[in-house]
Amino acid sequence: MKTRKIYFVFTCLLYGLQTEAQDQLLQSLKDSLAAAPRTEYVTGTFKALYIVNMKTIEAPAAGALNVEIQHRFGALNSGSYELFGLDNATLRMGLDYGISDRLSVGIGRSSFQKTFDGYLKYKLLRQSDNNGRMPLSVSILSSMSYYTQHFPDKTYLNSTYRLAYTTQVLMARKFSRLFSMELTPTLIHYNLVPTSADQNNVLALAGGARMKISRRMSINVEYDYLFPNQVVSTPVNNSLSLGWDIETGGHVFQLVFSNSQSMTETQYITQTPGTWSHGDIYFGFNISRNFNLKVHK
Amino acid sequence: MRLRCCLSFLLILLFSGNAFCQVYLTKTGFIGFYSKTPLEDIQAENNQVYAILDPASHHLAFALLLKGFIFPRELMQEHFNENYAESDKYPKATFSGSCSGEMDLSKEGIYQVVIKGELNLHGVTRPIETTAQLEVKNDRILGTAFFKIIPENFDISIPEVVRGKIAKDIDVKVRTVWMRSK
Repeated sequence: MKTRKIYFVFTCLLYGLQTEAQDQLLQSLKDSLAAAPRTEYVTGTFKALYIVNMKTIEAPAAGALNVEIQHRFGALNSGSYELFGLDNATLRMGLDYGISDRLSVGIGRSSFQKTFDGYLKYKLLRQSDNNGRMPLSVSILSSMSYYTQHFPDKTYLNSTYRLAYTTQVLMARKFSRLFSMELTPTLIHYNLVPTSADQNNVLALAGGARMKISRRMSINVEYDYLFPNQVVSTPVNNSLSLGWDIETGGHVFQLVFSNSQSMTETQYITQTPGTWSHGDIYFGFNISRNFNLKVHK
Repeated sequence: MRLRCCLSFLLILLFSGNAFCQVYLTKTGFIGFYSKTPLEDIQAENNQVYAILDPASHHLAFALLLKGFIFPRELMQEHFNENYAESDKYPKATFSGSCSGEMDLSKEGIYQVVIKGELNLHGVTRPIETTAQLEVKNDRILGTAFFKIIPENFDISIPEVVRGKIAKDIDVKVRTVWMRSK
């Protein structure tokens, strides 16, 4: 009787072990998978290459071409005759291309003062959180702008005077699946400024963040703080922008509101005369479309 | 005395079932998935699949990292990880099951088998059954299988805008070369 009982117990145990053997196989795999050292870079800190006007740490992948159309209507406070700004438009068309996964290059042409711009961006550091190695992503941006608009009263404006340069250190962290933030110390150099009281080298600190509201949508905010007493002769306000990103496959569609009409660093940071409180709000959108010119390995 | 004999016999059985001295293992298995629609072809391939096969019990298991799937288009890969598989939330996909059919994995030969088990993907576990081929040759086992999965069964939602670009059933190909582990 006793022996039977023991038999029974052991048979049960054996059966239990049989099914457990499967799980043990899987567990041993999971363990060795977890033990393998690998660095996982954080992806998708931002959906697009622009938060609103400010560039993000993101770049097109090697061999990918991004076509960017940025559009701003006129100011909301321009009245019903101008249909609250909808009769006017400022447009920037740009191309961004990934030379490698880290280095990208871009060109653009904006209708604001008929400005050409170009930039190089290098992903210096990439956030990798899985073993706490790198808390931040850092990209270095160097850009140049050249406005070509004719001013009949300023015949002295030669090509040197029309150039301005921007250097930015884009620092971003994806805090969670939903929230990312970017902080960008900015140095702009103007070859020519309106008066001797204005600084040729202008310092600014830009900040931006995105909060995802669904898997494919996010709300963005951007603020560009210009340190005081640098731009003196023209009225200037800090640029504040809000955006709503909608991603559909290869497109990112961004609806934006900003008190800046221009879209290049050398202009929106130091040449934003309007304020939100006076209704100098420019409604517009950014549309980006990704094209793959090379197969990704 | 008889009881002791039984006990020791059972204990030996227990331990022999526990030891993995004869398992076949790989860390470079291949799993690819393919979606074909008139609008777009999508493919992704992972060459870092961990797989294990116990030739005695016919149990087998697979584990992979979803971030290991490489897409020809980098943006698709990002969307796959961010929007569909949610790889930061569910980094792994696993399969655990057993194969049945006529086979003797201690002898060289090609065996057609049926694999049954549970696939865990995107936090959802579903039963999977598929035919597969096991080929024992030179102390290695070559395994190949082909089956279909439906993303919605794993709570992977596909928005209407891109529904036409992603096939209803996704073809999955599995290829492993198992080596006998020491």
